[in-house]
Amino acid sequence: MAETPMPIWEVFIRSRTGLAHRHVGSVHAADAEMALQAARDTYTRRGEGLSIWVVPSAAITASDPADKDMLFEPTASKPYRHPTFYTVPEEVGHM
Amino acid sequence: MYTQALNQADDGPARGENETQLARFQARIDAEERIEPNDWMPEAYRRTLIRQISQHAHSEIVGMLPEGNWITRAPSLRRKAALLAKVQDEGGHGLYLYAAAETLGVSREELTDQLLSGRAKYSSIFNYPTLTWADIGAIGWLVDGAAIMNQIPLCRTSYGPYARAMIRICKEESFHQRQGYEIMLTLCRGTPEQKAMAQDALNRWWWPALMMFGPPDAESAHTAQSMRWKIKRFTNDELRQKFVDATVPQGLHLGLTFPDPELRFDEATGHWRFGAIDWEEFRRVLAGHGPCNRERIDARRRAHAEGAWVREAALAHAAKRRAREAARKVAAE
Repeated sequence: MAETPMPIWEVFIRSRTGLAHRHVGSVHAADAEMALQAARDTYTRRGEGLSIWVVPSAAITASDPADKDMLFEPTASKPYRHPTFYTVPEEVGHM
Repeated sequence: MYTQALNQADDGPARGENETQLARFQARIDAEERIEPNDWMPEAYRRTLIRQISQHAHSEIVGMLPEGNWITRAPSLRRKAALLAKVQDEGGHGLYLYAAAETLGVSREELTDQLLSGRAKYSSIFNYPTLTWADIGAIGWLVDGAAIMNQIPLCRTSYGPYARAMIRICKEESFHQRQGYEIMLTLCRGTPEQKAMAQDALNRWWWPALMMFGPPDAESAHTAQSMRWKIKRFTNDELRQKFVDATVPQGLHLGLTFPDPELRFDEATGHWRFGAIDWEEFRRVLAGHGPCNRERIDARRRAHAEGAWVREAALAHAAKRRAREAARKVAAE
């Protein structure tokens, strides 16, 4: 009795603090409209959000954790990208 | 609401896992790093988590049944609204947890099938019946109270998606316990008959609530591995003791007595000492021979079967809309 699997959607919610949408979990639904409805029922029962995005899980391309060093390590050796790398004389004041 | 340490784990490295990988993994755990879905993890860690998270999810879903039993008979609109919201929360908690389990590579359909076919376990507590309205008070106070004790440390569990789901759940859980205690308090301040009803509920739920923490440490061979992986942060007995210490004074405040003649306060340690738990009963209920095991699974199967046409119709409707949309695009070109 193999039923057709119900597609899976990732859910992102913008909280009332006006921040960016943030991933909160996933839901199963036949289409985008039902996914929105399910996300609303599942993840916003206590006023957690003002806006919801649902995205088919399969549409997300993620970086491979194994590439973590290759992708992100090089920034560690570039302190000159941070403001604290540069000295400004005290008499010049806040900059 | 409820997880129960059933202490099943899979030990030992699987084929293709070497000591270096395992050591690096353990070092990440020891450094309190969270493990995320695509990270390398030992097969045994993955399997232990899938089992624990899905058992937890099943418990939330089955846990809707004993309380749902009283929604239409709640004594006031206030109580009815609260109970409806609580039962809806339990459904939500089940869904957060299924979503967390699915990040480990198991499908929702597979998890549902494990529950309905009886292969998966869920917390033994839900195989007891809710005979009176006071049971709804006792469940909120004791069962959700025990669940909170269990779940707060799980907010720091080593697997990221599980920890995040637990944070959401714990935030919502506190209302459950408080509404239960309020029901008990109202009954205890009511007529002698109402108070007797509250006492009867405490008598029936106390021992099953203590069993929610799972078998004693001496018998749980897998606790050590789960603690090493920081899936668990406290042992079953530690959590059980914390629960008893927190709950006994609350019960005394209600003017109720606990169904344990050996219960006494130990001045030296500051702990409440309790009598022996009937582990034979625990094993019996877990093995499927509790008062309501059949009824619970039958109810889930019926709900799943009766909802099949809705799932089919939704998928057919979505497919039809997609086809129409595609046809419209072709025509427009």
